[in-house]
Amino acid sequence: MFAVENGLQGDPRLQAISDAIRVIPHFPKTGIMFQDITTLLLDPVAFKHVVDIFVDRYKHMNISLVAGVEARGFIFGPPIALAIGAKFIPLRKPGKLPGKVISEEYELEYGNDRLEMSMEAVKSQERALVIDDLVATGGTLSASINLLERAGAEVVECACVVGLPKFKGQCKLKGKPLYVLVEPSQLEEITF
Amino acid sequence: MSGNKQDEDPRINGIKTKIRVVPDFPKKGIMFQDITTVLLDPKAFKDTIDLFVERYRDKNISVVAGIEARGFIFGPPIALAIGAKFVPLRKPKKLPGETIFEEYELEYGNDRLEMHVGAVEAGDRALVVDDLIATGGTLCAAINLLERVGAEVVECACVIELPELKGRQRLKGKPLCMLVEYR
Repeated sequence: MFAVENGLQGDPRLQAISDAIRVIPHFPKTGIMFQDITTLLLDPVAFKHVVDIFVDRYKHMNISLVAGVEARGFIFGPPIALAIGAKFIPLRKPGKLPGKVISEEYELEYGNDRLEMSMEAVKSQERALVIDDLVATGGTLSASINLLERAGAEVVECACVVGLPKFKGQCKLKGKPLYVLVEPSQLEEITF
Repeated sequence: MSGNKQDEDPRINGIKTKIRVVPDFPKKGIMFQDITTVLLDPKAFKDTIDLFVERYRDKNISVVAGIEARGFIFGPPIALAIGAKFVPLRKPKKLPGETIFEEYELEYGNDRLEMHVGAVEAGDRALVVDDLIATGGTLCAAINLLERVGAEVVECACVIELPELKGRQRLKGKPLCMLVEYR
């Protein structure tokens, strides 16, 4: 579900956010129009809009845990967690987290990758939000949902700044709702 | 802050007690300073950010540069609170578009830190943020990147310092602000 479909139609902040995202053609490879959010981070007003919109949505949903996917989820997750009084949990590439971890494999275009979470970070029945900068195939977010559910948390929603148009409407990932602020700002097909 | 015990803010002890030390990670002999346990305590995490924001809000900082990946956790909340841009300093090949890089030494071999061309401008007043300073190699590379584009590095800010590794002396004369020492 996109923000415009859920009460924010015409909200000028969404246009400002979209305008602040830079598109880099053919990165990391030919055919991919990379949505670069670093230019959004250079615009303190637009960056704050992103955080404010997510905080307004989640502050009364009793979220106790915000999980951010390495590495760009680390940029958006913590400000939201701080504002809503939730803990922040980093979901990381293999071998980065110390102590006991659980891991979940997910598919890439070629081969697999793995996401890890600290086993001790989550208490049973916590209400969790998953954050990343962008959703494309949904593979990383699905792995994140799996990790949190295996640890006993309830994933309330996944939230991303940018999402492909296919995530409009009541689209769900592993049965969980997805909330996205903006579509990619160029209309060329993104292939993954 | 900065190890001046007489002035120590009462919030600092609360943060210190939340840091988990994990022995022999990532390899034998290293006492790993795990800040993820601070992030699990909303008050301790908020106090960490507040302490830095209080220090920097009136210093006219226009850029907060955070070092991948744990600098991405602490840098953005500080940047948002003080109205500065946030610039990620990243491992090689992660940033799209045009970048500049700085090499730095590891225990075995070298690594590189990259920054986007155009993100930081001449005259920007910059703060560099990471979770921890050890040898200072990464922070020194960060300072170099920022100075090469004409920014003035005002200070480096870290949650934790390992003073025995003397990283403070590798910061090209720039001051370091830290909250917690580990000896």
